[in-house]
Amino acid sequence: MIQVRKGTDSQILSVGGYQPSRVVPNSEIVDRIESTDEWIRQRTGIEERRFAAPGESVLDMAEAACRQALERAGLTMDDVDTVIVATITYPFQAPSAATALIARLGNPKAAAFDINAACAGFCYGLGMASDFIRSGTSKHVLVIGVEKLTDFTDPNDRATAFIFADGAGAVLVGPSDHPGIGPTIWGSDADSRDAILLNPSWNDFRNGATGVAWPVISQQGQIVFRWAVYSMAKAGLKALDAAGITVDQLDAFIPHQANVRIIETMAKEMKMPEKVIIAQDIRTSGNTSAASVPLAMSALLKDHPELHGGLALLIGYGAGLVYAGQVVQLPPLPVPTKSN
Amino acid sequence: MALSPADVLAGLKEIVEEVAGIPAATIELDKSFTDDLDVDSLSMVEVVVAAEERFGVKIPDDQVSELATVGDAVNFIVKASA
Repeated sequence: MIQVRKGTDSQILSVGGYQPSRVVPNSEIVDRIESTDEWIRQRTGIEERRFAAPGESVLDMAEAACRQALERAGLTMDDVDTVIVATITYPFQAPSAATALIARLGNPKAAAFDINAACAGFCYGLGMASDFIRSGTSKHVLVIGVEKLTDFTDPNDRATAFIFADGAGAVLVGPSDHPGIGPTIWGSDADSRDAILLNPSWNDFRNGATGVAWPVISQQGQIVFRWAVYSMAKAGLKALDAAGITVDQLDAFIPHQANVRIIETMAKEMKMPEKVIIAQDIRTSGNTSAASVPLAMSALLKDHPELHGGLALLIGYGAGLVYAGQVVQLPPLPVPTKSN
Repeated sequence: MALSPADVLAGLKEIVEEVAGIPAATIELDKSFTDDLDVDSLSMVEVVVAAEERFGVKIPDDQVSELATVGDAVNFIVKASA
């Protein structure tokens, strides 16, 4: 008979975030797209976002977020056996961003791979990390969401130029003596694949057909809004149910930071009580796709340190259309060090 | 049984007031959602979903942009309920 391993319960041990230093207010964007600061705030809640410097890469941002997560957990890369990178903007098809990252972080022997689940990528990765630990496959997993969306956004597109931004967030997931990560509720609505696209293909671009430009993101706002609010509110309630947690027991709600209007309407649909603190990192960070949930978690814990150890509902959703969500216990206070 | 246009208009007025904060008294059949009532594209989605629930009809994504005026929406909902 085949011998199998048995793991332990899992939890998020720490979270780290990295944002580029360049702050880009709406005023810097509005002229190119004939818009106004007021219009952007009203439609999206975004006041400013961060753009990476020209030489600042997906890997640079991911590395910084990972180093902060490791330091906050009081662990080193030697403790990490698995690395999952969620991204759609790493500009190499192969080898993966994850293998480049483990080489930089100093443990080139860890299991490492990338996943493409767009803005849901982090929550997909977190669900996998938890299951790897529960099954005994892994002990400590770094899950990173990182994007340099400015490389794939048309700065003149009136529908997207003010939305997307750059950044990285990482969590370290490890063993626990109690369940710290609830079951993942995930799935797709692939009939709506056209609602968010990153087009054209590399092949079409290489062949240089007339009118074929560098690939950029486009989206159909109304379709995405409807799906995000109403289908994702249902998915969020399923994740709560699967974890045996009621909405009243939550301390925080950290959805993908796509649009404040989506976040607020979704919370209303789910009948979130006022005591639940709702992440609105999008106001100052824009939409950073796979990075948005861990970045919002990191920002929320900075502003509300009392939330360490509290219960949060996470949900990511994006191009595919795909989604994933789970209830988690937020990480404990960082291990005291010089910079923590 | 088809809903009556008057009932649908009354219901829509309540929904638009609730979603977009526009006084029901100013909402008339010939008003454009975007130009006259200042209902933006995302609020329009909220109006459509609320209307679907209230009137028990389906308003597909590709129809939403066709509903320019309050009258267009009333006509669509009345037909869809028949």
